[in-house]
Amino acid sequence: MNVVNADERRQRALPPVRGPMRAERSGRGLWHCAAVVSIALGLWLASGDECGAEPVDTHRTITDRSVEWPTGKQWSRVLLLKDYNSRVVIVGTTLLGCAAGMVGSFTLLRRRALMGDALSHAALPGIALAFIVATVLGGDGKSLPILLGGATVSGLLGVGAILLIRNLTRLKEDAALGIVLSVFFGAGVALMGVIQQMETGHAAGLEAFIYGKTASMGAGDARLIGGAAFFCVAVCLLLMKELKLLCFDEEFAGSRGMPVLRLDMALMGLVVLVSIIGLQAVGLVLMVALLVIPAAAARFWTERMGRMVLIAAVLGAAGGMLGAATSALFSKLPSGAMIVLVCALFFVASMFAGSARGVLLRWWRRIRLNRGVDRQHLLRAMYEIPEFSAGEMPDATDSPAAVSVGDLLTMRSWSRRRLRREIRRAVRENLLRRCGDDRVGLTGAGFEQAARLTRQHRLWELYLITHAEIAPSRVDRDADAIEHVLEPEVVAELERLLEQGRGAAGLPASPHGLAGSTASPPAPAEAK
Amino acid sequence: MSALSGWSWALDGWIVAAGVLCAVASTLLGNFLVLRKMSMLGDAITHAILPGLAVAFFLSDSRSSIPMFLGAVIVGVLTAMFTEWIRGIGKVDEGASMGVVFTSLFALGLVMIVQAADHVDLDPGCVLYGAIELTPLDTWDIAGYEIPRAVATLSIVATINLLFVVLFLKELKISSFDPALATTAGFHAGWMHYMLMVLVAVTAVASFESVGNILVVAMFVVPPAAAYMLTDRLSWMLVISVVLAGLSAVLGHVGALVVPEAFGYRSTTTAGMMAVAAGAIFVLAAAFGPRHGVVVRMARQRMLSWRILAEDVIALLYRSEEQGGTTGLSRAELQLRLLSSRTWTELVLAWLRLRDMVTRSGDRHRLTEQGMALATELVRSHRLWEEYLVSRAGVTVERTHEKAEQLEHFTDSRLRGRLDEETQTPRVDPHGKAIPSEPAGKGPVGSASE
Repeated sequence: MNVVNADERRQRALPPVRGPMRAERSGRGLWHCAAVVSIALGLWLASGDECGAEPVDTHRTITDRSVEWPTGKQWSRVLLLKDYNSRVVIVGTTLLGCAAGMVGSFTLLRRRALMGDALSHAALPGIALAFIVATVLGGDGKSLPILLGGATVSGLLGVGAILLIRNLTRLKEDAALGIVLSVFFGAGVALMGVIQQMETGHAAGLEAFIYGKTASMGAGDARLIGGAAFFCVAVCLLLMKELKLLCFDEEFAGSRGMPVLRLDMALMGLVVLVSIIGLQAVGLVLMVALLVIPAAAARFWTERMGRMVLIAAVLGAAGGMLGAATSALFSKLPSGAMIVLVCALFFVASMFAGSARGVLLRWWRRIRLNRGVDRQHLLRAMYEIPEFSAGEMPDATDSPAAVSVGDLLTMRSWSRRRLRREIRRAVRENLLRRCGDDRVGLTGAGFEQAARLTRQHRLWELYLITHAEIAPSRVDRDADAIEHVLEPEVVAELERLLEQGRGAAGLPASPHGLAGSTASPPAPAEAK
Repeated sequence: MSALSGWSWALDGWIVAAGVLCAVASTLLGNFLVLRKMSMLGDAITHAILPGLAVAFFLSDSRSSIPMFLGAVIVGVLTAMFTEWIRGIGKVDEGASMGVVFTSLFALGLVMIVQAADHVDLDPGCVLYGAIELTPLDTWDIAGYEIPRAVATLSIVATINLLFVVLFLKELKISSFDPALATTAGFHAGWMHYMLMVLVAVTAVASFESVGNILVVAMFVVPPAAAYMLTDRLSWMLVISVVLAGLSAVLGHVGALVVPEAFGYRSTTTAGMMAVAAGAIFVLAAAFGPRHGVVVRMARQRMLSWRILAEDVIALLYRSEEQGGTTGLSRAELQLRLLSSRTWTELVLAWLRLRDMVTRSGDRHRLTEQGMALATELVRSHRLWEEYLVSRAGVTVERTHEKAEQLEHFTDSRLRGRLDEETQTPRVDPHGKAIPSEPAGKGPVGSASE
């Protein structure tokens, strides 16, 4: 049991928990204002009638547009939201994307990205059952509130089942999600099979909950989405601090007296709400995409939670807008799928170009680090080889010893090409100079750096020998790894520990059998 | 049972056969998915194969099975690879990378299918639901027998999966539980992973068109999870999960016929009911599994706390008599001292009276001879432990009582003998109270061995 707990704790602690995400205190007031505004907007949107809506253009629907490539007029109609249908759809999907991105970033950080997947599948039996019950009781089975009510109830049951399985059994989260998803969806499919045979009505409209009916979204649907989206955004903004703590350190949140379980339920409730509203708009699978992709994409851009939520919301909204617009412009592109593809495009772009954890950025950092390490090894070799052969290091200024490339090659397991490239770079930066036929020597600046690096390396070696009791024959490799990241403060501390005064004793001799250990090379002028 | 009167082996038999084969094939692999914490992969792959089908259709310009199958399997494996790749390179959580990959691929497939919709009827509904009911209608002629195509393909897949699991059981086991050890043992854990992924994709693709993806997804996860609740050994888990999978397929089909009948409808979707049956079996296993079942665990805890409360009552009565109380203790006093609820205290007292440990006169409870013997043992254990903790374990006197309070319930006469030996047969405990001597007669009485 302990093992499991420790394992879980480690897993939970692994992600960016210790990362530099900080609470933005100054932004709190702003968040609250935004929350209040969005509640007001949500109420207005949910209650208001079609404010300023143009009369419906009955001649032209999105589905029967047959032009292959849109004309300029269509471009302007869609992009300027003049077309009533497109406007409704685009506004609806934009708001949905925004809310889903926001809620999704919390679930992503809680490592429950696929929760939305399980929940939207779990909603199906509720929809079917609501339809059956309403029809049997003589009501209108297809009325939206009834169906959404059913979906919400079974979605919440799904959440409950997931939490129960995860907390009471030894199964992990993923298995809980898989079980709830498949069993609930199976029940839904079975109920759908029953609905197919009911005399009173058939399930044609219910299919929309699985595949979505984005293109035929009505103003009522858009208003519903708008209201729900603003509600979600408002709750997210109001509970920002609490949810943030919940995502990063559940135990700490508990110890601060926060109602962790209720917060968790609130978050799951938001997921249920967004998924169910989105289900009939973009369909089941695509709803999952809206919950996962913008949030995952936003994670590449920032290490701060507030910004991540904001970016996810913006990306989700942009994905919804662009996807719906593309689908409105081109006749044969289904809008739900286009929204997801636009989001996927954002994800790929973010993954590579992201400014905080993007792949290119990390590659570039690694390359830079590798080059720095190579450079330092080269300089140290340039210092140590003459010291090794001559027994002492001549003064930097008058006659720095030239070293042949062949000697340098024996110091490291480098290819000749790599060595030449490093030398070329060092020469360009005026740390090395060429001394004719395959020999290079240190310049003044190069000598200073080389001496400093050698000093760091040997200080660490001495430290390992005297304080960590590591055999002299083994310290070279250990010091090799750490010498590149020694901060000046650490070097100073090492000097203090080893009583190597910076000016007095100078550069310590190599502890492991380089020739001329009696020699004491001059201390570099600026040995930091 | 009137629904079953229409049962025909020629139709229902084949449907059940297809269901069982699909369930067994998926479950065999599903065990390793659950153990590797990749349960959602089945769901991801079954959704993601859509573009593979579409591309295969575009390229081959037909709806023949082989290119579609290949296309779907390739995309299925790509799904697993992309997921792994995004997780590794982008440092994204496994679930999130899976979500990104399969939804994007599904959307791509949807767009492609809509482009092809003029030429062909590729119904996404068919991909999701499948049509296990139509199994007996589409037959192949094999060696003179009319065998449904789905049954033929699924039995091939099931055989391949079975061979894979049996032949590579050791490798799968090690690479699932300890990939690093697998690598040091000389085979590449990554290869096992990808072989598993290929087979998962093959199984999903082979199943989805005949029986629908919901059944595959359910069978990948639910029976293995149920088996995991029942056993701790991998080989047993495999066997049990296969049995449960077959059982849920059979029950599912029967249920699809029987359950709707009860409400006045005809039969419903078999695949859905098979998933529901698997879910029901899982609930039973999770509740009543012999070691890990939720209800069983709760009952065991209740029984333990019952025993401890009974022993605490007896020890408390002993202490009160030791301090000179001759009247015994009332129920209310016991309840207050032991911080238990009224009902529990009353039940425990009634039980103790039944076992002739305690007598009651009015509301005062006193120990009987037999109760006294048990109480002596308990108090002796308690005080010996206190002495031991102070003299041998260096625990301070103030902190010994709580530890001894826990340990006294799990100490038998042999352990008491050893404690006595270790502490050189003390007369008094660290608090200065007398340690009673071992009661005469045989070892622990009655309730302690509960």
